[in-house]
Amino acid sequence: MSGVTIRDLGKAFPKEDGTATQALEGVNLEIGDTEFVCLVGPSGCGKTTLLRIIAGLETATTGVVTVDDHAVTGPDPKRGMVFQEYSLFPWRRVIDNVAFGLEMKGVAKEKRRQTADRYIEMVGLSQFRDAYPYELSGGMRQRVAIARALANDPDVLLMDEPFGALDAQTRNRMQKELLSLWEQTKKTIVFVTHSVDEAVYLANRIVVLSPRPGSVQEVIKIPWPHPRDRTSAEFAEVRRRVLRMIDETENTQ
Amino acid sequence: MGVPMKYWRIILGKPPASTTISQRNKDMNRQTQKRLLGIAALVVAAAIWQIVAEYVVRRSFILPSVTDVAGAFVNLLESGTLVADIAVSLQHFGVGLLAALLLGVPVGILMGWFRVADFLLDPIIEILRPIPPLAWIPFAIIWFGLTTQAAGFVIFVGAFFPILTATYAAFRSVPKVFVEAGKVLGCDTSLEVIRYVALPAAVPAIASGIRIAMGVGWMCLVAAEMFGVSRSGLGYQLWHNYYLHQMPNVVVYMLILGFAGLIIDRIFRNYVDQRLLRWHAGEVA
Repeated sequence: MSGVTIRDLGKAFPKEDGTATQALEGVNLEIGDTEFVCLVGPSGCGKTTLLRIIAGLETATTGVVTVDDHAVTGPDPKRGMVFQEYSLFPWRRVIDNVAFGLEMKGVAKEKRRQTADRYIEMVGLSQFRDAYPYELSGGMRQRVAIARALANDPDVLLMDEPFGALDAQTRNRMQKELLSLWEQTKKTIVFVTHSVDEAVYLANRIVVLSPRPGSVQEVIKIPWPHPRDRTSAEFAEVRRRVLRMIDETENTQ
Repeated sequence: MGVPMKYWRIILGKPPASTTISQRNKDMNRQTQKRLLGIAALVVAAAIWQIVAEYVVRRSFILPSVTDVAGAFVNLLESGTLVADIAVSLQHFGVGLLAALLLGVPVGILMGWFRVADFLLDPIIEILRPIPPLAWIPFAIIWFGLTTQAAGFVIFVGAFFPILTATYAAFRSVPKVFVEAGKVLGCDTSLEVIRYVALPAAVPAIASGIRIAMGVGWMCLVAAEMFGVSRSGLGYQLWHNYYLHQMPNVVVYMLILGFAGLIIDRIFRNYVDQRLLRWHAGEVA
């Protein structure tokens, strides 16, 4: 069981003039085991902040996040994270990037390389195991970043617009690959995106956040199996609904 | 000479990587052209020097000619003092640089990573830093006597600050995403983040700092030896030969100092580029 529970979560960032910006307020959300949840919302609504709080990289001002009934107090390899920016360590080869988490756990070199190799194969980059990150394309780098997060065998995989910097074609391919990885590994995935299309394509549930201070405005269940057809009428319908929701809230702001 | 190719590589550097054969030929021609022109310029400069010294100045005391210097070089080499002095100077340099590294890198890390350390140490550093390294010579002699450590200390003072400031700046500019990635992947302590993330990210900048420090240290070396911190070494001999009015010898020591500094810098740079920072070449333009 690897569910994430978010209760009454609020986050205020102090400003220089002594006041504070309320980024999140009263966020309540229950994410089930092996669920794929996408967070969407108008820009600046705090979706990345929410993800970073789940990761333990930010601390909430109010409320709590629990993963498997353990309160989140700081970063932990049990919650893997894939960043929007390229976050691979440029001084490590692909294999050693993927093995980094295991190295921190104190796994012996041979053992951790074996495990890393398995994940590199899973993301289809066995040929590049000894390459440095600069030798890889953007899509490959993010695949390595996903492999690196998975190699730690986390309970939850947190993804912060991981495909945001990729071109449209690469992005579509990466989405397919991510779904196949999700099916293989049965991880709980929390995925932040500003692309509604991506969210409808990937998620079991889409969580729409309201503008700042962000809170859960609407949760949309998408019961269809994968792979989904982007060109179908029902796909377009859901996409339109979500887009309208984000638009309206943006206009009323 | 019997020096294996791979050692020359470290001194001369790696030939530029080129993709196609025609490109490689072009690079090779470029390379040969560069070398030939360089040698030609040196030959012309030496010829002018020789002519001016022999036919215009005509006094070896004011301007020794190329042949005077070459003769002096052979004599010094045969007497064995030259090699001994190079060894002594390298020892002074090594001691000073090692001490600067052992202290400069850790203090730079502390100040770059921990705010409190920065606030505590910064005022002290800022007061000490502008003092010219040579101003420490009197105390170097009083504290250490005429020993390797005394010369090493002056070099240490010169090399310490460039290493410190480079390390400090490098740790200040470690990309946040690397630190956060390290944390979510299991770096639990500051020490782990420093060791596995910040330090490797900072190595290129620290290496440039060390190069600058080596240049400063080399200059300090000569001055320290000249001003009596030691009774041997290249700097000492340079000054000693000036007292003896052996100007061709003085020129020999000047040139040796230049060459040795150049070679040390080359070896370090090529070592760093080839071994330590293969990844870095691909990251920067």
